[in-house]
Amino acid sequence: MLEIRNLHVSIEDKKILNGLTLTVHDGEVAAIMGPNGSGKSTLSYVIAGKPDYEVLDGEILLDGQNVLELEAHERAAAGLFLAFQYPLEIPGVATMSFLKAAMNSQRKIRGEDEMATADFMKAVRGAADSLGIPQDMLRRGLNVGFSGGEKKRMEILQMALLAPNFCILDETDSGLDIDALKVVSEGVNALRDPKRAFLVITHYQRLLNYIVPDTVHVMAHGQVVKSGGKELALELEATGYADYKTLAA
Amino acid sequence: MNDVTPIRTKVENALLSRFPQIKASLPGDASIRDLRDDAFTTFQQSGLPHRRIEAWHYTDLRSLLRDAPELAVVPPSHVIQRAAEHGSALDQVQATRLVMVNGFYNANISSFGLPAGVTVKDMHSALGQSEPLVSSHLGAATTTPDPLIALNTAFMNGGVIVSVAPHTKLELPLELRFITETLDAIAMTPRVLVIVGEGAEVTLLESHQGPDGVSYQTNAVVEIFGASHSHIEHLRLSAGGNYAVDLSTLAVNLQQEAVFHSLHCITTPGLARHQVFASLQGEGIAFDVDGVALLSGTQHVDTTLAIDHAAPGCTSRELFKTVLDAQSTGVFQGRIMVKQIAQQTDGKMMSQAVLLSDDARMNNKPELEIFADDVVCGHGATCGALDDDLLFYLMARGLPRLEAEALMLAAFVGEAFEKIRHDGMRDVFTEIAATWLKSRSTMTKQA
Ligand SMILES: Nc1ncnc2c1ncn2[C@@H]1O[C@H](COP(=O)(O)OP(=O)(O)OP(=O)(O)O)[C@@H](O)[C@H]1O
Ligand SMILES: [Mg+2]
Repeated sequence: MLEIRNLHVSIEDKKILNGLTLTVHDGEVAAIMGPNGSGKSTLSYVIAGKPDYEVLDGEILLDGQNVLELEAHERAAAGLFLAFQYPLEIPGVATMSFLKAAMNSQRKIRGEDEMATADFMKAVRGAADSLGIPQDMLRRGLNVGFSGGEKKRMEILQMALLAPNFCILDETDSGLDIDALKVVSEGVNALRDPKRAFLVITHYQRLLNYIVPDTVHVMAHGQVVKSGGKELALELEATGYADYKTLAA
Repeated sequence: MNDVTPIRTKVENALLSRFPQIKASLPGDASIRDLRDDAFTTFQQSGLPHRRIEAWHYTDLRSLLRDAPELAVVPPSHVIQRAAEHGSALDQVQATRLVMVNGFYNANISSFGLPAGVTVKDMHSALGQSEPLVSSHLGAATTTPDPLIALNTAFMNGGVIVSVAPHTKLELPLELRFITETLDAIAMTPRVLVIVGEGAEVTLLESHQGPDGVSYQTNAVVEIFGASHSHIEHLRLSAGGNYAVDLSTLAVNLQQEAVFHSLHCITTPGLARHQVFASLQGEGIAFDVDGVALLSGTQHVDTTLAIDHAAPGCTSRELFKTVLDAQSTGVFQGRIMVKQIAQQTDGKMMSQAVLLSDDARMNNKPELEIFADDVVCGHGATCGALDDDLLFYLMARGLPRLEAEALMLAAFVGEAFEKIRHDGMRDVFTEIAATWLKSRSTMTKQA
């Protein structure tokens, strides 16, 4: 369970999150929608532990543990995963060695044994096949020269391998063609589990037809300004954000 | 301009008084003695190079050299024996090894038997025996006047001469292994000639190792002559002691259609300067020289290149990667000169540095000097910290900061190692870098 209470965050003296409160229970899929610049990616970075942000007030608890005290890699080992809105290209770092390093590092932090290479290879191949990622892509540098959609699939591949218990998907649907959207959504749905929760950030109701949310939250000006069920997404599709822009201001 | 001759330093005085005392004991016939005298006169006039000399601006040897230790002597057998017991990162590569102990070639601990087409001569005896290869080649690889070459020439006493007959294609690399085995500081001035005949193919390894905590000094000069259509790969590892001074000059002289690649990797010595003077004398030469420096502590490491395109249609590629931690200092100076005759020259030089600490410093000075009009030449230099966003991406996947940095740094230096043609040696260098990166994480954790 992820609990965010009264979170105030600034970057370079610019206040982005203004007392955000949100709870996502185990097994829940929560969608966050909201206008550009409302602070959705900022929220995801702050949860994941990007150092640039200043947390002025509030707390973030993952299963009762204060994650703000942890470094990014410790949060990952504790079960947090962020699928980036813009996955980064890391030239020269082979995708396979990166995946293995990440997986074994998390295991080490948790006090578990390293994964045997054969098991690892099998797990990667299986995940890649189900996401339609060709093997030769895994031999390239991490995300280097991948198309926008391929990068997003690679994020989901990482998520599948690392098996986190709290997953944040920041606009994973943007840049995906219709078929890829289905493949990726199926990948996510396959990971749905009573012990695993998702925070799905999106601009489009369409994604939520594939990944059906339990709750939908509207974010504006760094706050959650409205929460509801999946029908809220349909409502927003029809009305837009005009009401909410004034609401929080 | 301040043209007053500066006061001699302690080291300069020691070197100046040493030469007249010992010159009679240095090997060489009359012509070698003349060569030594001339070189010494040059040194007498210039003294140690210092920061007001452009090529030495960032590496002021006058202030960096604190001592002038005694010249090494031919080591006795117990020293040879101890030297032979040391392992090397290069042991995992099968090679024909020529071992120098304290600068002197020792056949007993070198590989038994040489491949067909290869002859090896001990420089120490060759100097005294009017060896024709000495009179034809010594000092002939470069015409660049240089204080390190002058000092080496004045005092040279060890080293080796390797010649490879035309069209010989060596299966195994030839390794020049320099082992310093001493408890006291010593100075070594080995001289090496490598003469590769027409169409011959050679992988030449050069490794330097020695004890920590001893401020020994090496001033080595390696001259490589590549006849037309020869293929030469020269891979150098400088992994001497943490107090060692490793001064080294690689002078390369190439003829038509020669293919040459050199990579040098510097890890441990406290003070190092590696100079490459290349003279591209024939048409259609492909010349590549790369480098990787992995620096920590208070290391000061300088790489200085001067590539002379003296014939048309040659290509040259230089890729230098420097990683600087703690209070280390890096220097890269690279000059591509294109003579008027050298039309259709294609030259590209790149120096990239990653600073891992606020106290580390990198000085980059790439230059082009072009007198021909139909050329494609370029150079670039970058210097900066690792990208924080990339580091965060890796950390968000569960890698601690130092491991994330190690992954990125391995990729950074890997780009230079990629260019190594000898597979086994590429692995050796990759492992050396991995070990360095790992030791960095343990060191930082303890601190
Ligand atoms: N490094 C930064 N310095 C200053 N302002 C920043 C910085 N990073 C983000 N911001 C600002 O914070 C605000 C929120 O940005 P954020 O990326 O969180 O929005 P978002 O809701 O994810 O938008 P989108 O829907 O376009 O992805 C924006 O106004 C943005 O310009
Ligand atoms: Mg965003």
